Amino acid sequence: MRELLNDIERWQQAGKQIAVARVVDIEGSGPRDPGAAMAVNEDGEVVGSVSGGCVEGAVVAEALEILRGDNQPRLVKFGYSDDEAFAVGLTCGGIIHLFIAPLTW
Amino acid sequence: MSLQPISLYPIFAERVRSNIPVALVTVIDGPHIGATMLVSPSTDAVGTLGDSELDRVVARDALGEVEAGRTGVRHYGPQGQTTPEDLVDTPTVRVFIEAFSPPPTMWIFGAVDFTAALAKVAKVLGYYVVVCDAREVFATRRRFPMADEVLVSWPAPLFSQRGSALTSRDAVCILTHDPKFDVPAVQGALATNVGYIGVMGSRKTHAKRLERLAEVGITSADQLARLMSPIGLDIGARTPEETAISIVGEIIARRTGRGAPSLRDSDGLIHK
Repeated sequence: MRELLNDIERWQQAGKQIAVARVVDIEGSGPRDPGAAMAVNEDGEVVGSVSGGCVEGAVVAEALEILRGDNQPRLVKFGYSDDEAFAVGLTCGGIIHLFIAPLTW
Repeated sequence: MSLQPISLYPIFAERVRSNIPVALVTVIDGPHIGATMLVSPSTDAVGTLGDSELDRVVARDALGEVEAGRTGVRHYGPQGQTTPEDLVDTPTVRVFIEAFSPPPTMWIFGAVDFTAALAKVAKVLGYYVVVCDAREVFATRRRFPMADEVLVSWPAPLFSQRGSALTSRDAVCILTHDPKFDVPAVQGALATNVGYIGVMGSRKTHAKRLERLAEVGITSADQLARLMSPIGLDIGARTPEETAISIVGEIIARRTGRGAPSLRDSDGLIHK
């Protein structure tokens, strides 16, 4: 998140609502370690990344849903599986757990 | 949620930018999902996870994590219970503890062309880079604008003043090629807990250096085994930039305990 601070503050100064997504856990092989983060503002602008590019699109959609909806944090997972529940896959075969929350603290 | 009366983000950003170790602690599952607390050494925790006893226990754990530079999820009972018996039949609070520790340090001895390339690559990897050379005309800001510090100094004073701060995450790279400078730099580095010590030079230079080190009393096999010399991975690097990649590649491989073959030629998990 260190590398996101400048952009977050620029958005804060512009009065934008911001959500931050962080990798909190990895099962199996994952492209980024816990702590990898991306931030999304209410206009859909994005900085940072949480995977090798496999799930970023889906994360932006979740983040915008939070910012435009109930503003409640949520824990989501993405992974490679036969399970229909996983709409988006990681090419490396692991599962990543993400915590996506509005930046209200 | 009215758990956070004060705004934590500015405090968090200030600590991260000032390289003050800090743990960003977040409830990711449980009654107060999203509740946040900041924990740094030698100061009170700021913010709350929704229960004072939970705060106390998690702050204690977070302090350990931030000191070790570890990030991960921990499980507690709603009042901070941690023993399995206490957790039976209680809802679990999952807490993400993210440690922000100061960046690792790389000291580069010798203000040469290889130094500029290595400093550049080290910055990409997030190192705090210190370039040190005794020759005033070479050790200049203008030649190493990418370095965080450029010092005109012999190795010994730098090691005696700041050597004790070096840890297993840090690296010392000795690129001088000059025994007058190499030997005291190696001596200084071996007296620290630094994780990586690389010394540039041909195999012939290395053999000569070992003789000089023996003259100053460094003969123990354990000590000498810490030296990566000649420095770098065997990838056929020629230019300063290629050499820089071979050096940081070696630093990564030493840290992860890998032999650095091509992934194609091995099997098993890419990320462990």
